[in-house]
Amino acid sequence: MSQLEIRDLVAFYGDFQALFGISLHLDAGECIAIVGANGAGKSTLLRGITGLLPVAAESVRFEGAAIGSLPPHRIIARGIAMTPEGRRLFPSLSVEENLLMGAQCGRKGPWDLARIYGLFPGLAERKKSPATALSGGQQQMVAIGRALLANPTLLLCDEISLGLAPIVIRDLYAVFASIRGEGTSLVIVEQDVSRALSLADRVYCLQEGRVTLEGRPGDLSREQIRLAYFGT
Amino acid sequence: MEWIDTIVQGALLGGLYALFAAGLSLMFGVMRIVNIAHGDLIVFSSYLALVVVQSLGIGPFAALPLVAIGMFILGYVLQRGLLNFTLGSDVLPPLLVTFGLSIIIENGLQQVFSADPQRLPAGTIDTASLNLGGGLVVGWLAVIVFVTAVAVIAALELLLYRTAIGRAFRATSDDADTARLYGVDTRHIFAVATAISLAVVSVAGVLLAIRTTFDPSMGPARLIYAFEAVIIGGLGSLWGTLIGGVVLGIAQSVGIVLNPAWDLLAGHVVFLLVLVFRPRGLFPKLVD
Amino acid sequence: MAGFRIERSTPTSRIGFGVIVLAILVAATLPFWAGGATVRLAIEIFYYLALAESWNLLAGYAGLVSIGQQAYVGLGGYVLAYATIILGLPPLAALFLAAPVAALIAVPTALILFRLRGAYFAIGTWVIAEVFRLVALQIFSLGGGTGVSLPAAVVLAVAPSRFARDLVFYYLALGVGLAGIFMVFFWLRSRQGLALTAIRDSETAAASVGVDNRKAKLAVYVIAAALTGLVGALAYLMKVRISPGAAFSVVDWTADVIFIVVIGGIGSIEGPIIGTAVFFVLRGLFADYGTSYMILLGATAVVVMLVAPRGIWGAIERFDIQLFPVQRRLRMLSDESD
Repeated sequence: MSQLEIRDLVAFYGDFQALFGISLHLDAGECIAIVGANGAGKSTLLRGITGLLPVAAESVRFEGAAIGSLPPHRIIARGIAMTPEGRRLFPSLSVEENLLMGAQCGRKGPWDLARIYGLFPGLAERKKSPATALSGGQQQMVAIGRALLANPTLLLCDEISLGLAPIVIRDLYAVFASIRGEGTSLVIVEQDVSRALSLADRVYCLQEGRVTLEGRPGDLSREQIRLAYFGT
Repeated sequence: MEWIDTIVQGALLGGLYALFAAGLSLMFGVMRIVNIAHGDLIVFSSYLALVVVQSLGIGPFAALPLVAIGMFILGYVLQRGLLNFTLGSDVLPPLLVTFGLSIIIENGLQQVFSADPQRLPAGTIDTASLNLGGGLVVGWLAVIVFVTAVAVIAALELLLYRTAIGRAFRATSDDADTARLYGVDTRHIFAVATAISLAVVSVAGVLLAIRTTFDPSMGPARLIYAFEAVIIGGLGSLWGTLIGGVVLGIAQSVGIVLNPAWDLLAGHVVFLLVLVFRPRGLFPKLVD
Repeated sequence: MAGFRIERSTPTSRIGFGVIVLAILVAATLPFWAGGATVRLAIEIFYYLALAESWNLLAGYAGLVSIGQQAYVGLGGYVLAYATIILGLPPLAALFLAAPVAALIAVPTALILFRLRGAYFAIGTWVIAEVFRLVALQIFSLGGGTGVSLPAAVVLAVAPSRFARDLVFYYLALGVGLAGIFMVFFWLRSRQGLALTAIRDSETAAASVGVDNRKAKLAVYVIAAALTGLVGALAYLMKVRISPGAAFSVVDWTADVIFIVVIGGIGSIEGPIIGTAVFFVLRGLFADYGTSYMILLGATAVVVMLVAPRGIWGAIERFDIQLFPVQRRLRMLSDESD
């Protein structure tokens, strides 16, 4: 049984249909990448999984349970954490307080504050600063740290590299090795295809709310990906 | 010497206004709700204290914790059962629903208790005075009210900045969706915020009832004082609210000395001046 | 690309137009076939209608929720009292002074108030009303706190007989009520009106296409103030006696109006008309019960806000009915049948 199973997921924003029956699966410990252009539905998919967007209960199954209609605070309690698009740090909170928000759900596990500071050394010195005063790359680290403190079994990362310099992105991605080392499954959503492919075991490509391609990075050609990403 | 006395009296009065304002400030900070019924809830808690005092035969200060607990529960139920359903992107529903509540509470109180002014007798504390030296004499009650205001605000600051639930309040205030994403049950958090707000309101209500006579129609004026204290002090800052209350109290006291009919007007004028020249208040903190 | 046309009337709005014309005919002749009490009730209905339409324009279209319109009711009343008693102007001239004076005062008031947003703006409007009330208390030439009565000479100057006076007041009130409706109607049909509806639907979107929110809101606030001031002047000309407590009363002038608009439907022209009708029916039935009646009003407003936020008309509107053709419809020329 897959850890995460999405079956025929449809999603609407009011009258506007964003997803037209997405199906995908993730096995425990796997890393899958979801790529696609702006507006393809990637973030909508993640919102559907995390409960920010209500969807049919059966269309999202996590560890066997149907979670599609659960509210977000119940979903993180079950072990799915997300670093949202745009990071969404809390401006009124310090770096440390932002991290501690991750622990709000009370899940036990290998991650604690000390370990996060170990993973991201630059953050310890700035822990009392308002989170939004940090650089983009450091803010992204806070966002990831916040998600990790929830001790998730599945981590969703929405557009981590957006707006960051390549060298910063490289440092961020280096961290994923430790994360995967704990057995945490990963879903990486990216517009930057090559980054995603370098990390992922399998990749899905979305276009206008539909899955247009699925496979292992090694098995897919550039041309196939380009077609799936952009269409004809 | 007259002037110092006036200013001190005004500053102590400001403590009461700060108490009125603290609950309003909290509800707005966490939920962006301005509770139009806020003033009426202050008066409601005065009447609740009256009932407790009369039926249990205890003094008002002894009744205070009971009233506070009662109002805490009422606040939780009110938010969870009613006000949560008004939240959304539209400003109108919470405003109009709380306006409707204001009418209901005011008229309900009048129906049950009549429009006659009431008072909570507190024995000698009413008239006991404290000699501060240099010819300056203040009422013990006024000092107690001021000290209570400071204590309540300090406690709220502690709650907001040193506890996990305070962190949840601030996070929810920043970004309710992301707060939910990280395990905050916002329906519950909002209800707790309102519960705390009403508990603070009840402290204000009891002290008000001891200090002066009260009747069902007094709500709107209390709301206006609370609101003016918040705006003068600056949105988002609780200590600012205390300063705002003090400024308002002093303005009113000075107003009376200039002309007995000018107390309220002086307060409003100062409020309008702050609004014109420092629209964000004296110590604004809110990141909007 | 297919051709298109912008049109405003719909089949139901054309019927609606007929209904309106009929209603106006009935209203126009009322004093000649109805009793005095009915006439006086009708007068009250008309000016509450005017108040409701202008409150609705503020709140439903410009997003400015005011709980302080009583400021302008009282202002209008006091302008009337001052103009007739102190300045010795004829009452009808004094009446028409109220709107411009209210408009003039509304401008700086708005500029101060606009520093507040949302619900804080609402309370701010209440503070302004309180300030006006406190100032009125200080006008000793007009009786200060106890208020003043218009001298008999002023009353007689309106018209010598009771019946004639009722007639004058009736048609004035009818005019004010119609002015309220049609002012909103024509405003919304104009370019400014389109701007206003855009602001109501989304302020950021409106701003992004260059709609000047501030100017539109200021214009609406001033117009609402002017109409409200006119109502105040008319009301107190009829009541003859004015005092600060009554003229600036929240309950009489704001709570009732808010109730009307909430029940009838915010954000439509038809809503306040329905709301006024419902309000006066309820008042006729239950006002004797005093505080219970007010509790009933408050509770009804709360329930309506939760269950049907667009009021009675909002529920009807779902069937795409429109009485007043203000919405613009895009009609593709290829849809034309002939």
